[in-house]
Amino acid sequence: MATVTVRPPAAPEKARVAERRRRKRRSAWRRQLVALAFMSPWIIGFTAFYVYPILSSLYFSFTKYDILTQPVWVGFDNYTFMFTSDGRFWTAVRNTAWVVAVIVPLQILVGIGAATVLTRVRRGLGFYRTVFFLPTMVPLVAAALGFVFLLNPGGPVNAVLGFLHLPEPLWFRDPAWAKPGLALMAMWMVGQTMIIFLAALLDVPTQLYEAADIEGASPLQRFRHVTLPMISPVIFFAVVIGVINGFRYFTEAYVVSKAGDWDNPVGTPQDSLLFYSSHLYNSGFEGFHMGYAAALSWVMFVVIMVCTLVLIRSSRRWVHYQGGFR
Amino acid sequence: MSAATVVTRRPVPPAIRRRRMLLAVANHSVAIALSIMFLLPFAFIVSTALMTNQQMGSLSIWPSPFKWSNFTDLFEFFPFWRYAWNSLLYAGLGTVGVVVSGIPVAYALSRMRWRGRQLSFVLLLSTLMLPVQITIVPLYIVFVRLGWIGSLKPLIVPLFFGDAFTIFLLRQFFMTIPQELSDAARVDGANDLQILLRVIVPLAKPAIAAVALFNFLYCWNDFFSPLLYAGNNPDTWTLAISLQQLTQLSRGILANLQMAASILFTLPVIVIFFFAQKVFVEGVTLTGVKG
Repeated sequence: MATVTVRPPAAPEKARVAERRRRKRRSAWRRQLVALAFMSPWIIGFTAFYVYPILSSLYFSFTKYDILTQPVWVGFDNYTFMFTSDGRFWTAVRNTAWVVAVIVPLQILVGIGAATVLTRVRRGLGFYRTVFFLPTMVPLVAAALGFVFLLNPGGPVNAVLGFLHLPEPLWFRDPAWAKPGLALMAMWMVGQTMIIFLAALLDVPTQLYEAADIEGASPLQRFRHVTLPMISPVIFFAVVIGVINGFRYFTEAYVVSKAGDWDNPVGTPQDSLLFYSSHLYNSGFEGFHMGYAAALSWVMFVVIMVCTLVLIRSSRRWVHYQGGFR
Repeated sequence: MSAATVVTRRPVPPAIRRRRMLLAVANHSVAIALSIMFLLPFAFIVSTALMTNQQMGSLSIWPSPFKWSNFTDLFEFFPFWRYAWNSLLYAGLGTVGVVVSGIPVAYALSRMRWRGRQLSFVLLLSTLMLPVQITIVPLYIVFVRLGWIGSLKPLIVPLFFGDAFTIFLLRQFFMTIPQELSDAARVDGANDLQILLRVIVPLAKPAIAAVALFNFLYCWNDFFSPLLYAGNNPDTWTLAISLQQLTQLSRGILANLQMAASILFTLPVIVIFFFAQKVFVEGVTLTGVKG
């Protein structure tokens, strides 16, 4: 009873608190609306160009669809065909694996090598850096056409090899040498990777090298126990990007295949340049098997997600982050 | 400590100086050798672009005489300027779209507090990793239904709805602008839009320029999307596509003209690079990826 009589005087205080809370809530709500308005281009874009396509390609991947007629539900047929009967799928997978297993590590090695050279010259650093980086500025199509010319059987590279009495491969006309030709081009365009490693190498604290010197470490030991741990986050990053780029690999191969003759199928010579994206392009946009292409893109989506997750998980074991977080 | 200073002040003994000298020579020889490897393809391509047709067959490397007219003969073979205009449209309008849509999103992700910000950022980052091939099948079908295949619209319109890389780069830069500047403007009665336009954008001009440059070059060089969406209609080919299709346009076109066309296509990029080299090298280091 007594409490009831006490209450009335407290009421204005309570009302004020409630009013303040309401106003606060209203301003938070307004801020939320303003933020969403600012975000709206991305929200629309994300929904229209990511969420919708990824979900609808999952649906299409269970259908047979050629755009002209209605999609027909075929269950897992596209996936069974892909894994059990499509020989070209496995060729594309093997070729893509070659890119990831050979070109990516080579790029990392050459990238670290070129960056190391840059850290060791004092005079002319700007000049060398520009020269090493310049090839990456060349548009891929132009670079690929350039390499088709450079590596043509009677071209300048073979002229040099002949002069040195070395074997002269047929490069892009020989299934065994086509991929190494692309690898050569990737080495030429290593600048991007190199710049990232250069920044990482310059970030290694000099005290660590001084300490290693005092301990009497050899240059190799210095590299193994100081440099390598310090730049491992960047190596990790380059590996992740490299795997994803392996799946993206298309333009160079397409240009090289079609350079000799327009009518050459993608993947010429003899499917040795048929990569995952080429196969997807062929199936969907030259054969108009949209359902199958959707299945291919979903497999790619899953594999990229898994690779990224595995790499991120395993990175804890071998990547050294200075100060724990970066 | 004092002992160390004394040591460094003492003149370097000749033996050590000689060793350092040898080391510098060794380093420079490696650097020069690498430079030659990187530059040689350019040299071969330029010299081929200047050769006469007869000279193409011979093994000589130096063009004699220099056939500068290759660069003008080119225009008879294919409508270079039309393709250049298409490339310019794609790269120019695309860049406008990416910048205009990216700035407010980057602002909301870096300088406003609201529910869902963290989640949006994570989603944005995850799309950064996804190649275009993941989404092209349904998008192609949508663009077919809209009747946009064989035009530049499928290339340009999506860029007006935020590009993950641009937003990420701008957000990283906006994070570095001191919060006090926004607070001061807010005390003066400015709302978020005014803060963005009057405080943040003027301060972020270098970052915006870098993003615009990256995107322009990405579109200029892009091959896959133009091939997919505009490949069937020669009127909408970009330079990248037309260059590749030179072989089809005039069967048996000679390498000298093809190299000349490649040079004309590459030249603007190289020129931009030399003027804005710092932006590139630092931009790549900042983010690790270029688009």
